[in-house]
Formats: sequence, structure tokens, C-alpha cells
Amino acid sequence: MAGFATGAGRPLQGRGGSPGFRFALYAILSIAFMIFDQRFDWLERAHSVMQAATYPVELAVSSPVAAWNWVQNSFATRDSLEAENRLLRSQLRDLEVRSMRYDALAQQNAALIGLRDSLPPVASRWLPAEIVNIQLDSLRQRVLIDRGTINGVAPGQAVLDDHGVVGQTMHVGPWSAQVILITDPEHALPVSVARTGLRTIAVGAGDSTSLGLPYLPANADVRVGDILVTSGLGGVFPPGYPVAKVTEVHRDALQPLAHVRAAPFAHIDTDSEVMLIWFRHDSPAAPLKERNGELTTGDRNIQPLPVPAKPTPPPKATTPAPARQPERPPT
Amino acid sequence: MSGSSPRLAMLKSVVGALILTLLPLPSWLEIIRPGFLALTVLYWSIAAPRAGGVTLGWICGLLLDAFEGPVLGEHALALAFLAYIGIREHQRIRSKPIFQQSLIVFAALAFYEVVLFAIDGWSGHPLTTPLRWMPTLTGALIWPAAAAILARSYRPGA
Repeated sequence: MAGFATGAGRPLQGRGGSPGFRFALYAILSIAFMIFDQRFDWLERAHSVMQAATYPVELAVSSPVAAWNWVQNSFATRDSLEAENRLLRSQLRDLEVRSMRYDALAQQNAALIGLRDSLPPVASRWLPAEIVNIQLDSLRQRVLIDRGTINGVAPGQAVLDDHGVVGQTMHVGPWSAQVILITDPEHALPVSVARTGLRTIAVGAGDSTSLGLPYLPANADVRVGDILVTSGLGGVFPPGYPVAKVTEVHRDALQPLAHVRAAPFAHIDTDSEVMLIWFRHDSPAAPLKERNGELTTGDRNIQPLPVPAKPTPPPKATTPAPARQPERPPT
Repeated sequence: MSGSSPRLAMLKSVVGALILTLLPLPSWLEIIRPGFLALTVLYWSIAAPRAGGVTLGWICGLLLDAFEGPVLGEHALALAFLAYIGIREHQRIRSKPIFQQSLIVFAALAFYEVVLFAIDGWSGHPLTTPLRWMPTLTGALIWPAAAAILARSYRPGA
């Protein structure tokens, strides 16, 4: 026997060399893929194509559950439908009463901050999306939704439900998009405490019911029951969207950081429908996108100006200027 | 002879494994869900090393990369590696009784998970929870059943 690479009398290699050679080839190819995927954006297209190719399988897997839901819905009893109808009616009435004063308040607010017209709402478009009922990755908090580039979805888009922030889109295919939830251990969301305005970062804890606030000092003013809202930093969510409620604050005299946990408002584990939101980028409340330090929104005249060139040393004859006089740029 | 018959069974079993991978489960079952695709690739590389080979592992890995994993090519590399182990040692593994096969499968799946673990870390998306090693254990435990089911799908003699 020539070695373990040969089978029963017949050489194992058919076309394309021995398994070892083929493995080496594929390993190099995979590593090249990983490097290109990590460093450049070239493979975003490949991601998109693969997502399109696998979407039918995903739909097929989720279809029994979808069918079961449909059957349950279509055989719902008259009583339960009436009860649901009553509930929805009362909710609608509450919301209408609440929004009745909204326009007037927006006008007042605009007058208070010195604008002539009230600002347009920061959300310009929204689109409901259904969560495809499949398991993407058991240890990471990801879901698949049934909207993709043909609906105008782009990576890094805000996803909300009717209670709060759910997550943001990650890999987008033509008909589907992967959403990374705020509870994913790799997701960090800039938030602020609504009561005090204290800004911090909420990191996913890996299960669908809690977020961690690992960067709060032990003397930070945060209490159980505090509401966390998005702070508008980070370029994905505008400020003010509800995120979570603080459920647990531990302060240890020996630890410099407080141990704080919060429960997300969004019903992340039971949602079947979420909302994709597009924001108006000319609205002052829009999240700022970082673009190499160059601001693309707002007033040019109140942007930070470039540092002026170093002044030439003054001639000896004149009185020496104070060394650290602040340079005022010409306006 | 090394033509269509095992290839068809392979295709069917890969689709089946993919469905089992994507099926939504309650969270405690999700944690112990074995890597069905890894088991399938390992089975075929042991049972029919000439038909699928490393290519089967690599393609299945790319499929898996579409669903999970931080970078494209991660599962492709790991599954090609697993297939290579299976092909290299297929005679030794085949001749063992089923219990010892399970132990070898455990080692092979552990190698596979180590590759994934390393790539997760290198690409900056570390997942250090000990739960990630659970599928290795359950995969080895389910191996006798999986091998028996897959063996029914294709008989080289028939």
C-alpha cells in the first residue's frame, strides 16, 4: 500500500489531485475569502448572492410554522377576534388622544428653540418586515427578515418594533436581510439614561432578555427602573428611541465599575413582525454618519475649522507676543 | 460506478442536514443541537471518500457561511478540514466498532470546532462561552444513529 490516501487497491485521487492537495487548495481559497471579506468590501456582493441562493431553503424550513400560524389564525373563534378587535380599538383611541396634541407641541418646541417652522419628523419612511422563523446561529443573536435590497434595505439600518429598538441590519440579500439584535454579545448601542442624560453603551448579554451596561463608573447616577433611550451617537439610531429599563444595579466598593443590567423593551424573543425605518438625513435629529471626519449635515459656518498654519515668528524689534495666545481663525 | 448514486444520496442528506440546522427550536434544545452538516460531511468522507471528498466539505461550509459565522470562508475551511480528516482516516475509522467510532468522531468534531474557534477569534468576533463546545459532545453521541440513518440512504453494493 502506498499510504493511507489509497483505497482498496484503487488510487483515491480522481480528478484534481490527492485529498491532501485538494484540501491545501481549498484552505488557501478559504483563507483568501476570509481576508478579502474582513479587509475589503468586495465580498459583500458574494454575501448577497449567497443569501439569495439560500433564501428558498430558509423559506421552506420556516413554512410549516408559518402554515400552522395561518391555520390557527383562520380558525380563530369569533370571541377571540372580537376581544382582539376591542383591544385594538381602545389602543387606537389612546394613541389618537396622545397624538392629538403632538402637532401643537412640535410647533411650540420649534418656537422655543428658535425655528420658524417645526422640524419634519426624523423618520421619513418605514416598512414592516416579517421575521423568517429559522435559526441562524444558536449562540449569536441574529434573525432573518423578509426584506432586502429590492425594498431599499441597506446594511446598518435601524430595526424597531412597537415597543423599542430591536437591532440593525447586517448582511443584506436581494429578498432577505440578517438583523443583529441589540442583545447580541457583539452589538454595542450608544444609549443615555432618560432621567439624567448620562451617556453610556449598552452591550448585548447573549440572551434575548438582558443588556449589560459595562462602562458605568461605580458612582454613576443610575437606579433600578431608569429608562434607557438611544443617544443618537453611532450613526444608526436617532436620539430618543426607547431601548431598555434598568433592572439590576450592583455597586461593589472594591470595583471601579458598577454592574448594571437592563431588560430591553422590544419583545425580541416573541416578535414576528418588526419595522425598518429610514431616517431623513437633513433633519437635525438624524443620526450622524461618520465620514472620515467630514460632516455632511448641518451648517457649514458652524463646523469646526481647520487648524491655521503656524504663524511665522515675529521680528525681534516688535514687542514679543504672549507665547500661548489662542489663534482665532478669520471668519 | 462512482457516479450518480452516492452523489444523489449526498445531495439529499446535505439538504436534510441544512433543514435540521435551520429549524427553529426551543432555546435549551438549540444549545445541544449537534452540527448536522458536519456529521453528514464526516459520514460521506468516511463512507464514500471518492465521491464527495474535500469538495463536498468545502461547498457545504460555504452554504453554512451564508447563514452564520462572521466571515465568509470560515465554515468552508473548517468543513474541508473535517472532510480531509475523514478521508485520510476512513479505513481506520470504518473498521472500528461503533462506540470507538463515536470517540474518533468526537476528536474530529473537536478539531473542527477548534478551527472555528480560532477563526472567530482572529477575525475579531470571539465567542468564548463554553456552550459552543456542546455540539461537539452531542454530535459524538448522535453519531451511531446518524451513521445508521445515512447508511440506509445509500448502499454501495445495491
